[in-house]
Amino acid sequence: MREKELKLIITFPSTTAAMAMESMCNRRSLPGRLIPLPREIASGCGMAWSAKPEDRVILEQAAKEEGMDIGDIHTLMI
Amino acid sequence: MIYLDNAATTLQKPREVTDAVIEAMGSMGNAARGTNSGSLKASRTIYEARALIAELLGCPKPDHVVFTCNSTEALNIAINGTILPGDHAISTDLEHNSVLRPLYRLEAEQGVKLSFVSADSNGNVSYDDFEALIRPETKAIVCTHASNLTGTMLDIRRIGKIAEKHDLLFIVDASQTAGCVPVDMTRDGVDILCFTGHKGLMGPQGTGGLCIRPGIQIRPFKVGGTGIHSYSKEQPAEYPTRLEAGTLNSHGIAGLSAAVEYIRRIGIETIAAKENALMRRFYEGVSTVDGVTVYGDFSALERTAIVALNIRDYDSGAVSDELSEKYHIATRPGAHCAPRLHQALGTTEQGAVRFSFSWFNTEAEIDEAIRAVREISA
Repeated sequence: MREKELKLIITFPSTTAAMAMESMCNRRSLPGRLIPLPREIASGCGMAWSAKPEDRVILEQAAKEEGMDIGDIHTLMI
Repeated sequence: MIYLDNAATTLQKPREVTDAVIEAMGSMGNAARGTNSGSLKASRTIYEARALIAELLGCPKPDHVVFTCNSTEALNIAINGTILPGDHAISTDLEHNSVLRPLYRLEAEQGVKLSFVSADSNGNVSYDDFEALIRPETKAIVCTHASNLTGTMLDIRRIGKIAEKHDLLFIVDASQTAGCVPVDMTRDGVDILCFTGHKGLMGPQGTGGLCIRPGIQIRPFKVGGTGIHSYSKEQPAEYPTRLEAGTLNSHGIAGLSAAVEYIRRIGIETIAAKENALMRRFYEGVSTVDGVTVYGDFSALERTAIVALNIRDYDSGAVSDELSEKYHIATRPGAHCAPRLHQALGTTEQGAVRFSFSWFNTEAEIDEAIRAVREISA
């Protein structure tokens, strides 16, 4: 199993919102990718956007500019 | 075969649609079920489809495009999920059974009261009637955008203004117009627009959906697996998940997405103009033929590409069969699931032979159909 790293994790209220985030990040060449929702955030299933902690500002800013429907933003060792 | 039953389903699809379905069937996992590459591909395709449909139909947000297996399912969700016992709803004589039967069932089982805007013998309605039928307990206006029998279009912008003025929910059945004519639910004040994927949109059967204005609450008619919030006892409240329990038809939606891309590339105005020209050509060719009765109002500029007719007192089924067997022309006879309009037109017994045209029909096919009608009526 890979070693844990500190990651920025963005959650979403729905899968569609997660897909919108991915689409926006691809279009704007922003970093990160979709991962299964980590259990540290919630049990069960779902998707989250994972990036490096230092990408927080640029991702948060882009999400705000584009009216993305995001949930919480966490920094986690996963 | 000359296929002129496009109001039932379009048989000729863009090549891109079949290619997309085949490609999807070999590569897609279950959407919103994890982040493996197959699942993500399905999720991405479905998201793209939502965005394309939202743009085509004027839905403010892609996540308010909900997929169903057809328009009937969408209408059942919309009608049963918003109209409650004690409510009153207004509809019209132009409706298909996919609107009528959910309403009739609510009337029989839930005590919902119904009123219908009458159609005259030409299939037209009076817009003043909508306002005249409103009562204090009126909850919704539910109506078609265009009759599947005559092609008559309702002015949904005008009806939308009446609904807005009286704070009524406005549900529109766009089965006959989505993909055929420009539709803009936001401009027209539509709260819930129901569409099917396999008619004018030229996508696969088994696709359709609802476009929902943000703020409109619809009670889910089914609940279950969604891929998120798995330990919650309740269905997630957010659209589209709220109404999409269970695995979506991602293969079909991939085809629908390709179809909407195709329509966008050709241009909805171009498609509407061609279909309208084919319909007018057929109408001009048959309307003056001795023994032919054409139904509906052709004076309106905006109508869908349908011509319903009868020849003398012949059974519409027999005429349609003759067209099929002798001329290899596919049409639809009978009642077209539109009982109230047949009653208004006086065609309950005879039914009517419906010719309905698509982007893929040609003038030569229309001329062949005109020739066949002339021969049968001679």
